[in-house]
Amino acid sequence: MTDTLTKTVFGRLSLESLPFLHEPILLGTFIVVALLGLGLVGVVTKYKLWGYLWKEWFTSVDHKKIGIMYIILGIVMLLRGFSDALMMRAQQAIAFGDNPGYLPPHHYDQIFTAHGTIMIFFVAIPLVVGIVNFVMPLQIGARDVAFPFLNNLSFWLTVAGALLVMLSLFVGEFARTGWLSYAPLAGLQYSPDTGVDYYLWSLQIAGVGTTLSAINMVATVIKMRAPGMTMMKMPVFTWTALCSNVLAIAIFPALTAAFFLLLLDRYAGTHFFTNELGGAPMMYWNMVWIWGHPEVYVLVLPAFGIYSEITSTFTGKRLFGYSSMVYATVVITILSYLVWLHHFFTMGAGPTVNSFFGIATMVISIPTGAKIFNWLFTMYRGNIRFELPMMWVVAFMLTFTVGGMTGVLLAIPPADFVLHNSLFLVAHFHNVIIGGVVFALFAGMVYWFPKAFGFKLDDFWGKVAFWGWVIGYWVAWTPIYVVGLMGTTRRVNHFDDPSFQPYFVIAAIGAVIILVGILGFVMSILVGFLKRDQLKDTTGDPWEGRTLEWSTSSPPPAYNFAFTPVIHDLDAWYDMKSRGYARPTSGFRPIHMPKNTGAGVILSGLALVFGFAMIWYIWWLAALSFAGLFAVAVGHTFNFKRDYYIPAEEVAATEDKRTTLLAQGA
Amino acid sequence: MSTPHETPDTRGHGNGHRIGSLLAIVLTVIPFWLVMNGSPLSPGWTVATIFAFAIVQIIVHVVFFLHLDTRSEGGWTLLAFLFTAVIVILTIGGSVWVMYHLNANMMPMPDMGNGH
Repeated sequence: MTDTLTKTVFGRLSLESLPFLHEPILLGTFIVVALLGLGLVGVVTKYKLWGYLWKEWFTSVDHKKIGIMYIILGIVMLLRGFSDALMMRAQQAIAFGDNPGYLPPHHYDQIFTAHGTIMIFFVAIPLVVGIVNFVMPLQIGARDVAFPFLNNLSFWLTVAGALLVMLSLFVGEFARTGWLSYAPLAGLQYSPDTGVDYYLWSLQIAGVGTTLSAINMVATVIKMRAPGMTMMKMPVFTWTALCSNVLAIAIFPALTAAFFLLLLDRYAGTHFFTNELGGAPMMYWNMVWIWGHPEVYVLVLPAFGIYSEITSTFTGKRLFGYSSMVYATVVITILSYLVWLHHFFTMGAGPTVNSFFGIATMVISIPTGAKIFNWLFTMYRGNIRFELPMMWVVAFMLTFTVGGMTGVLLAIPPADFVLHNSLFLVAHFHNVIIGGVVFALFAGMVYWFPKAFGFKLDDFWGKVAFWGWVIGYWVAWTPIYVVGLMGTTRRVNHFDDPSFQPYFVIAAIGAVIILVGILGFVMSILVGFLKRDQLKDTTGDPWEGRTLEWSTSSPPPAYNFAFTPVIHDLDAWYDMKSRGYARPTSGFRPIHMPKNTGAGVILSGLALVFGFAMIWYIWWLAALSFAGLFAVAVGHTFNFKRDYYIPAEEVAATEDKRTTLLAQGA
Repeated sequence: MSTPHETPDTRGHGNGHRIGSLLAIVLTVIPFWLVMNGSPLSPGWTVATIFAFAIVQIIVHVVFFLHLDTRSEGGWTLLAFLFTAVIVILTIGGSVWVMYHLNANMMPMPDMGNGH
């Protein structure tokens, strides 16, 4: 009787579900995380910051603040994802012969799954979305995005997904099925515990956020550009942000549908992806990769945009081949949709199918190569300033081309038959994602940091971060390429052949060098903050920028532009500067702005509870939170007090402050 | 582009709606008749005809009721529609092609189709 009652109240949640009570590694992690969390809560409470955080940040609909919050989420999750990487590297460096290593397979499998899931969904996506959120509206001369509340909601839904993944560390377990949780392994028959449910619910919730955010960004680019900015006068970063988000809108439904069908298999007893009763597990692979391959381009297109902006700024030249850059971006957007099968060449498709997708994959390297040459020609005879963002660009070009070439190698089906599922493949995609996306994110963060906070990052520690990442990348991944080519498969917990050990030891050393890079980046923020008076940017244009965001103060006012700029040329700010643009100092008018709202936080909190309840089969709580979700969502549509005016005097005061600041600087 | 206060121009839509309704009815009645009255065509051709009518039906709905033309929203609506069509065709067509191949190349299983 009490047993049924407990089951009804707690579902399958019990004291047994808290693995840190009997696993020392997890206990240690739990203690550290709990202490850090309590410390953070203590500091915020002591300095009475809760009200400030809630009013100024959590409920904010300002695209700049939401962008910054996305980036903070990305960096925090990077630390988590990277500690998983360090644990894997340590395990593989020691687990040879008689030594089983320190991680049992059961735990190791959760770690590589969590590493991949977190790095893509909760590091790369939030960082890319964050930079797009912050920069793009400023580049097109808008005051906010098209749907400010939706932007806030998207962010908090992503946070809810991230929290759910973090929760699986201490309550229950995470999936042991790899970062895309292939069926039939991820079906109920082979993965009966909560792991895959954690995976599915957290990604479904975060996926809603990403889709909404993509719709928002596309609407913003199309509808909110400043007068005069035609499509072919948009900055390249805005172009890539547009294409990336169009792609995201097209692909995320495929992932959501695949996950939804898998959820039905796991919860409602259907047989979409099971081995029996007509299920087709390969259909899961097919749908997941229809999302998965374009997703790479969702991430890397804005990265290409960042490189374009930085190259043109630090060579003091207009970007070489602007229109070819735009066309290359559009072509990549379309082509990326035609290559998904190369992720399962070995699954038994015939020669026609395999050659079609193989050739389509190779063709993508043409527009990508065109981009590389555009950057090189921009630099050619340019007045190059090798500041930190530009160093990242050069490191990118050297690193990424190698990854691109191993990619073309893998696109050949017969070669793929040999290399499929090997560490060579793993080295390839880390090569393009670290060398392409991660380097761009660091370059972008260094480049736009003074715009966001009004002071530059510390240069010395920034260089430590740079060299740590670049050297660390090559030391960590070259040996993995080598052992992969020799046939070592991925996701292996223990090796019998001791001759591979030196390679894995070198790889582990490389990971430690990358750790230096990550810590260097954190230090560059801390030291930059301490030296913020020295590193202050009073002009709003610390790098001699060319696009509109550099025409605002650093940090920009809440309304971005007191007067909407009129655009006459590509590189609008450079054009304004060279025509002797004078900043208007009077005649300000009230500015219409959207109002903050707590609905996004509340909805996402309810979504988090709903996900947790579904994972643990706590049906009453799931029903309750779902009803709450519905009620708050409908209730919010009746909130008509959504906007306000910034009075003209306040605008004038803000702008006057900037006038004095500029006068001091000059 | 229109300013926010301008009311949308509805002239001419009345006539368009009438033509649209008429076409929609005709395009529904013919396939219905084909099925109900025993088609003079072979089953394969009947299916093909019904599919053809269904596609024309989609176009009629989109043009006459959703007012998709090259001018609305400066062409963005048409572009978005075409992009969606391309993506849907690629996804569904590609999946069918891929899955057909995978299925054809798999060894038949002894107990296939007899359930458990």
